[in-house]
Amino acid sequence: MAPLRPVTAEEIESLAIGAWILGTGGGGSPYLALLNMRALYRQGAVVSLMDPMDLADDDLVAVVSNMGAPLVGQERLTDPRTIARAVTMMEEYLGRRFRAIMSLEIGGGNAVQPFMAAALLDRPVVDADCMGRAFPEAQMTSFAIHDLRMYPLMLVDVRDNAVIVAQAASWKWMERLSRTACVAVGSIAATCKAPRTGKEVKDCGILYSTSKAICLGQTVQAARRAHRDPIEAIVEAERGQLLFAGKIADVARRATEGFLRGTARIDGLGDCRGQRFELAFQNEFAVGWLDGTPRVMTPDLICVIDTVSGEAIGTETLRYGQRVSVVALPAPPVLLTPKGLEHVGPRAFGYDLEFTSVFA
Amino acid sequence: MRRVGLDVGGTNTDAVLLDGDAVVHAVKTPTTADVTGGITTALRELLAAVGASGPIDAVMIGTTHFTNAVVQRRDLTRVAAVRIGLPASASLPPFVDWPDDLAALVRGEVVMLEGGHEYDGRPIVPLDERGMRDAARRIRAAGITSVAIAAVFSPLNAECEARAAAILREECPDAAVTLSHELGRIGLLERENATLLNAALIGLARRTTRAFTEALSASGLAAPLYLTQNDGTVMLAATAEAFPVYSFASGPTNSMRGAAFLSGLSDAIVIDVGGTTTDIGSLRHGFPREANNVVEIGGVRTLFRMPDLLSVGLGGGSLVADDGRRVGPRSVGYRLVNESRVFGGTALTATDVAVAASLIDLGDRRRVADLPADLVKTALARMHATIEESVDRMKTDARDEPLIAVGGGCFLVPERLPGVSAVVHVRHQAVANAVGAAIAQVSGEVDQIFQNLTRDAAITEARRIAEQRAISGGADAGTLQVVEVEDLPLAYLPGNSLRVRVRVVGDIADGATARRRQPTAADR
Repeated sequence: MAPLRPVTAEEIESLAIGAWILGTGGGGSPYLALLNMRALYRQGAVVSLMDPMDLADDDLVAVVSNMGAPLVGQERLTDPRTIARAVTMMEEYLGRRFRAIMSLEIGGGNAVQPFMAAALLDRPVVDADCMGRAFPEAQMTSFAIHDLRMYPLMLVDVRDNAVIVAQAASWKWMERLSRTACVAVGSIAATCKAPRTGKEVKDCGILYSTSKAICLGQTVQAARRAHRDPIEAIVEAERGQLLFAGKIADVARRATEGFLRGTARIDGLGDCRGQRFELAFQNEFAVGWLDGTPRVMTPDLICVIDTVSGEAIGTETLRYGQRVSVVALPAPPVLLTPKGLEHVGPRAFGYDLEFTSVFA
Repeated sequence: MRRVGLDVGGTNTDAVLLDGDAVVHAVKTPTTADVTGGITTALRELLAAVGASGPIDAVMIGTTHFTNAVVQRRDLTRVAAVRIGLPASASLPPFVDWPDDLAALVRGEVVMLEGGHEYDGRPIVPLDERGMRDAARRIRAAGITSVAIAAVFSPLNAECEARAAAILREECPDAAVTLSHELGRIGLLERENATLLNAALIGLARRTTRAFTEALSASGLAAPLYLTQNDGTVMLAATAEAFPVYSFASGPTNSMRGAAFLSGLSDAIVIDVGGTTTDIGSLRHGFPREANNVVEIGGVRTLFRMPDLLSVGLGGGSLVADDGRRVGPRSVGYRLVNESRVFGGTALTATDVAVAASLIDLGDRRRVADLPADLVKTALARMHATIEESVDRMKTDARDEPLIAVGGGCFLVPERLPGVSAVVHVRHQAVANAVGAAIAQVSGEVDQIFQNLTRDAAITEARRIAEQRAISGGADAGTLQVVEVEDLPLAYLPGNSLRVRVRVVGDIADGATARRRQPTAADR
């Protein structure tokens, strides 16, 4: 069994950059979680990363995420104690101790949440998640695709409120029940999702996504230091494809059924001059069209990145005039299976398109 | 309407007199250490030149004083930070993301109290009034004179900040108080940072504004005094002295607005070539395009309304090295008139190269006659490449756009550039800053979440609030124009929530009206 690997403060910085790219427009900026980690590391905390294959089959793993509206998260700032309390209250409810903690989604701020809990609870973080990116809804995970049990769920806020969803009839019911509780406590809450066994994580998780995000961040940092094109570096390191480069010409957003949906139009520059790229999003980017023809669609990762800095741009921060590159990164294989596509393919987002990968 | 515009920079104090749309006269004088001296001199020269040709309706001053204080870490006041929002946000206290050296200068007491609101206006928990009173007494005991108060979601509900300020004033009647909801948008940390910076600058702002006022009365001017803001608008000095952070980026903004005015163009790229740096920005509807998201000032993250600028280390004083292959970022700056070759010095500067290439006639051109033609060609190509690349980076429209060249070093800008329809040179380009100050307008802004309204109704309501704010800031109601509308539906929030941001601007109401309406901080 490989020893646990301590994660350095520099790697946490890289994780924040990489995770924001893998957020594919959603997941929320990791900046505030990163500030918390800097403070914890200054106080001497060191979090270890655990190879998922080192989990025993009957180990219990906490799957954590901060749930809610990114806007509320900008005022009620994420606190390591809240996410840690979600984990410890779940342990009390179960009467069992978690061996380790893992992230629900490696895209955006939730990539850093397990590190915050782990730093306080002295547990390792499992090098895995269950999306390999960010998605808006509870049923859009590899655990849901594998039809694992979706309950219990522990939801806590900064006051002394805690809600247990003891049972749910389906993943969609779990989404509905937990979302209702989340709105009641101010649209921001720390959650500990249905506990997973070591075997479930090994069989059904998206493995090594934490180290992947760290590497991706390091790639961007190295390119910046060397004054190299960060987009080229990302595409090369992740075997992605640069689909388009241009300037945001229009952004239209609307709130429907509790999500941020909308479209963005990019007018081409350089090699893409004269062409037009359109993106549709539901929190995360879902489909992209080049001159009216579908070019890329979920679950392929659609990343919109600042052309100069290599910094990811979220669907809430897209703005007219930004110079951006659209990059596709390969999705985890489980999302590409027929069952996976039922959960996260274009039809799951309301687009009547047959999924074709840009990497096919 | 006759207005005087002043630009108080680190090197020069420029003054212009505008009568309607005409520049009557312009002067350039050295800035003095006491600020007042330079302004008095500039005003005396200006008024002497134009004679007693009529009254002055308004005086507008733009200055880089406040941003320089933060960047250079000087003249800052120690601040007590009061954060209201516990139990939320406890792990990231005030100053958490400040550079250590700046925090060490500014951080006095840090107080975190229970209170604050949810996004929908419900209290998180009741405000800890007793804790606020205890804190106020500690602040007084510590001898701290400036206090920054920030409560969670105060842009939506300012009750907690207002109540805390009232308690503070009972205990520390002389303390200056900055409230975060008067300064910023959603984003607690960035808004709080702006509040802390403002509180740290408040002493300097009062002293500087007083110096401006004294210089004005010493010059016999009775016109109302305005300070220019980051967004190309002005605030009455009496209000502005409470909000120095709003003046941070007024220098480059004034130069871009001045360029728009002098050229008659409202949509263009502006390049301001100074002695050490070149600033490039984009004009949209006569105003600078604002920066996208987070703006760092002296290493502190904020969400200010700031022009989106690209600064590169190229100017008339830039040192030429490596046989012309390197130009800048090192520069002789204001010592150009002594140290460059054409002025009898030994340093080889961008200006010397320009004289050698006959782009401009300055100093003694015989002193650069020995420069190798290859060096001149290489250095010019280097500068043109830098300018070309920088202009392209700031362009947001694929179509060709005009480029307005201003500043003392604008002869470095080539006459043809890819993506540029024409390079526009203007009269009075060396005092574009002061012209920009003279033509500044008054704005009103709102950035707020509206619930259970249609999109149109929400925008109409936002516009009404913004117009009200502009008018109480001194704008002529008949000239108000909406320059920005942005709406953002909020994911996950119930009740059809819409975050709407509207900004309106208008001309300054005539002197008498402005004097009647002395707005207070509460009007913002």
